[in-house]
Amino acid sequence: MDKILEVKNLHVDFDTYNGVVHAIRGVDFHLNAGETLAIVGESGSGKSITVRSILQLLAKNGTISQGEVLYHGDDLLQRSDKEMDKLRGNKISMIFQDPMTSLDPTMTIGKQVAEPLLIHNNVSKKDALKRAEEVLRLVGIPNPKARMNDYPHQFSGGQRQRIVIAIAIVNYPEILIADEPTTALDVTVQAQIIDLLKELQQKIGTSIIFITHDLGVVAGIADRVAVMYAGRLVEYGSVNDVFYNPQHPYTWGLLDSMPTLDTSESDRLNSIPGTPPNLLNPPKGDAFAPRNAYAMAIDEEEQPPFFKVSKHHYAATWLLHPDAPKVTPPASILKRYEKFKTLGGNVENV
Amino acid sequence: MSDQKEVIVSVKNLKQYFNIGKPNMVKAVDDVSFDIYKGETFGLVGESGSGKSTTGRSIIRLYNPTDGHIYFNGQDISTIKSHGPKMKEFRREMQMIFQDPYASLNPRMKVKDIIAEGLDVHHLVNSEDERDKRVRELLDMVNLNPEHMTRYPYEFSGGQRQRIGIARALAVDPQFIIADEPISALDVSIQAQVVNLMQDIQKKKGLTYLFIAHDLSMVKYISDRIAVMYRGKIVELADSDEIYNNPLHAYTKSLLSAIPVPDPEIEKTRTRIDFDHKRPFLDDQRLQEVLPGHFLYCNDEQAAKIKN
Repeated sequence: MDKILEVKNLHVDFDTYNGVVHAIRGVDFHLNAGETLAIVGESGSGKSITVRSILQLLAKNGTISQGEVLYHGDDLLQRSDKEMDKLRGNKISMIFQDPMTSLDPTMTIGKQVAEPLLIHNNVSKKDALKRAEEVLRLVGIPNPKARMNDYPHQFSGGQRQRIVIAIAIVNYPEILIADEPTTALDVTVQAQIIDLLKELQQKIGTSIIFITHDLGVVAGIADRVAVMYAGRLVEYGSVNDVFYNPQHPYTWGLLDSMPTLDTSESDRLNSIPGTPPNLLNPPKGDAFAPRNAYAMAIDEEEQPPFFKVSKHHYAATWLLHPDAPKVTPPASILKRYEKFKTLGGNVENV
Repeated sequence: MSDQKEVIVSVKNLKQYFNIGKPNMVKAVDDVSFDIYKGETFGLVGESGSGKSTTGRSIIRLYNPTDGHIYFNGQDISTIKSHGPKMKEFRREMQMIFQDPYASLNPRMKVKDIIAEGLDVHHLVNSEDERDKRVRELLDMVNLNPEHMTRYPYEFSGGQRQRIGIARALAVDPQFIIADEPISALDVSIQAQVVNLMQDIQKKKGLTYLFIAHDLSMVKYISDRIAVMYRGKIVELADSDEIYNNPLHAYTKSLLSAIPVPDPEIEKTRTRIDFDHKRPFLDDQRLQEVLPGHFLYCNDEQAAKIKN
């Protein structure tokens, strides 16, 4: 498959009053053409910072201290801000979390959707507005012709997020980065927006990086999944690998702490104890070790490398080391392994 | 529902309107009735704007109800005066946990003063030592380090702040707690911690909860019974398993069909049921019991059909 984006050894630091926060501590991943990659993690895990680094949209106190962002093999981090401007909202565009704040309240939505066209393409205002109308229809705004002249406050939350999506796709981007696009929405609206993104992906063939903390949403939209914790990836693989054959105890914990509709009140929820580490002083060993019931002595000492689980599935946990003792994952994870077998996968190293 | 269960809160035809008489009048809660039994967790779900939070806030009398009655342990609390002694007495029995653990703790107050505020207001402690002792007990109960009682809220994470909010609610030893989206601002791994804590405390103290949320899987997990709200009305009310296994109202069905499940195979086959928002309510409809303990907003004809 064609890799259109590749992030290599990304390190991002933030200068704060308390010192330097090492928000991203060596992240590698790639995006294949036409696929949806989901990056999952808790707040503060660095998932938003990672994708903002791709477009160099970091806050002023943030610096990319190391790494490469290869777009068709060309390192974006070497480009000037001006050169990046040509890419942003054009070939690579972004949908932000909060549709209430990412639209300009003083500008009609027709103009806002047409804006990227006028900036990046040599089109007349008339043509741009015509195209904006088409795109608004595509994202499901009823009667777009009449509503082009309305302002954001005249739309509901779900409609506003559709408008934000329209702005992002008006130039048919190759890569669409969606940073928690449904978190602020109600579940029924969330389901509609996810269906819309899938439909658009088929129509315009864009590749999507989808950031979320909701594993239910990931299961529905992703082809591949990367799990982040404390500024590093801990596990990545196909959506089936990660949901049915998870190997990292953090992935276990995430999957295990969500009640499913089958969980009854007598079953106690398995929470992950403790809180994520402070990245002012990142731990020497595995950052998850203090919260990990399966942690071994080496986890305190040395960061685990990625171990190969199957062809496209990797996890950074010492449990996968050949010398590691065999452990039994939580019961709900064992159930997932069962399902993995029926799906035809092999459970290795368990 | 067996009849022996003791009702702790009874809401009768509650209406909570805003901007009354103006063109922008909102019927946030529109003729809602339900009972909450002692010791249970009653879940109230709905989407934003459905009136679920307003219902909770009306019950604890943060608003003056437009119409209807709220009975707490048999006493009508819908008309007691806002600043009278009766209100103070009642507020000791009923407490609230808020959604946003960042906005609901005063950033300029020490944790011990936040937690002890209720103790001070109700004169429940006689000395500084007793006050500190009680704060320590409360922090210990919510699994926070009592040594941290002199710290300020900003020094705590979201999950820890929510524990402080819980400790504050528990300080006056209430019977009934309204939790308005207590976990929706928290990360997945922290949500489970807070939910487990709330359940442990419920068992220990025999508390009754009104749990307001939009996360249906968590509500199902924590609640004994669930009411589904839509546009200011309860459209369906039943035991939590019954709501999930046998939803009767089209809106409940649509809501359930939209819940994402962390299982790719299920997600692949999930079909979303759309709900027609154009004419959701008809004049001859009301909330009525159609199956034992299962209430549905429908007309008599529909009810008779389901009963048979």
